[in-house]
Amino acid sequence: MNLNDFLIPTQDICRRPGPFDRVVLTSRVRLARNLQELPFPGKANKQERQQLLQTVQPVIETMPVMKEGFSEEIAKLTDLDRQILVERHLISRELAKKTQGAAMVLSVDETFCVMINEEDHLRMQAILPGLQIKEAWKAIDKLDTMVETKLPIAFSSQFGYLTACPTNVGTGIRVSAMLHLPGLVIAEHMQQTITAVNKLGLAVRGLYGEGTEALGNVFQISNQMTLGESELEIIERLNKVVLQVIENEENARAKLLETKPEMLFNQIGRAYGILTNSHIISSKEAKNLLSLLRLGLDLGYFPDVDPAVVDELFIVTEPAHIQYEAKNKDGEALKKTPEERDIRRASLLRESLEKMPGPVMDASGSPKD
Amino acid sequence: MLCNICNQNEATVHLTQMLEGEIKKMDMCESCAQKQGVDDPSGISLVDLLVGLGPSSTESQPKTKATPLTGMSNCPKCGYTQADLKKTGRLGCAECYATFDDGLEHMLRSMHKGVRHKGKTPKGFRNTRELEAKTKKLEKELEKAIKDERYEDAAIIRDSIKALAHAISEFETETATS
Repeated sequence: MNLNDFLIPTQDICRRPGPFDRVVLTSRVRLARNLQELPFPGKANKQERQQLLQTVQPVIETMPVMKEGFSEEIAKLTDLDRQILVERHLISRELAKKTQGAAMVLSVDETFCVMINEEDHLRMQAILPGLQIKEAWKAIDKLDTMVETKLPIAFSSQFGYLTACPTNVGTGIRVSAMLHLPGLVIAEHMQQTITAVNKLGLAVRGLYGEGTEALGNVFQISNQMTLGESELEIIERLNKVVLQVIENEENARAKLLETKPEMLFNQIGRAYGILTNSHIISSKEAKNLLSLLRLGLDLGYFPDVDPAVVDELFIVTEPAHIQYEAKNKDGEALKKTPEERDIRRASLLRESLEKMPGPVMDASGSPKD
Repeated sequence: MLCNICNQNEATVHLTQMLEGEIKKMDMCESCAQKQGVDDPSGISLVDLLVGLGPSSTESQPKTKATPLTGMSNCPKCGYTQADLKKTGRLGCAECYATFDDGLEHMLRSMHKGVRHKGKTPKGFRNTRELEAKTKKLEKELEKAIKDERYEDAAIIRDSIKALAHAISEFETETATS
């Protein structure tokens, strides 16, 4: 099946509601698992990786949640498809680079995605919109328990689930929430927040996880330690911290509104101006401005505008999505240069925001009714 | 954004770390990042920093002092060596955890909250857990028996502990091969 026929349209993905979705974009729980007998993917030879794939893929495909899902070897996907999957946060950048024996199985609702032969034999994840860490854990735990009855998973009573990297051993769990924190960034409280979250043994990362920049004021908070604590202890702690960060973000927004309304309105108004009038725009600039637009929406400066329109632009202005749109709309299959994409992105933004009225705000800084 | 090291290429690797309570940020191009050995912040640098193995490329470190990882040097199952572990920050197979046991515990202690798994256990292993809990209890009893100079009791308890250890190891190999 063609990947793009399978994927849920971006506007539908962005309309899925979730708790605290003003601040929390998604919650994700990922489990790392390996088979007892075969070497880990980094050590395995081609034959062993292929053998692993042939053992594991049919088992995952037959899981009830994967019914009518999308199961494919990475080597059989085009570069563009792989990049689209990374931009949708469905597979890791690491998996996208692997070919021999690497595969993915994605559920029809895109809640579950299993990566095969990534750093570990199996990386199983559940993603839900908004703050739903516990629900995501329950969902992936259930899938994991079923997989365990079919495959001999590497486990030791001392070290727990054995993983290629010692930083994942034990529970093999990575719990993360993706947060939109423009208030804390504008109020210059982000550094403090990161320090405080780090002190609690949690990591703060950028939009695409490890080693990436926080574009568009989007941050990921995730656990680092996986051994010596139960899954529930890890989840409870992360949930607590995220709730605190949400509160801080809302407070920062309220305080900015109260003390520096002109500054806020200026930033949001300029973001609207540039997005609706630019002819060349990079992905980074677009994201940072879209973040301000989304903040304006949250604060009520764009009455009657559907936030999903802005949220969707976050995804469709990513490089591979721009390339895909060009290919689909105009049949331009040739790979675009970054400069060509910047032109295309600007025109997409102008078209999409054409009907969106400018921000409404009176001189006192409060949104007009 | 330009690379902080060579100031020539576009920075594509962004490393953020907490050092002495401060957030340090580095932006590097791919080749400089590789030279620094930070092309994978989760693995190499973490392991190096925490265990004091030194960067994998450091040749000046004398071999005898370089690594706290003692025990067998090669994994009998996959052939992984300590040098591989040091270089990649990863293990080769499930068996490596037993092979590099001693040094690993030291490494894990600095990475995690504890060195014993506390979470979910696969169904088959739950039995082993119970056996291990029993062993612990018996070990305490043994200690007390010796202290009280009840040597006959101690001998009986010791035999029970041996039997349990045997059962656990049999169970683990059984589960592993099934």
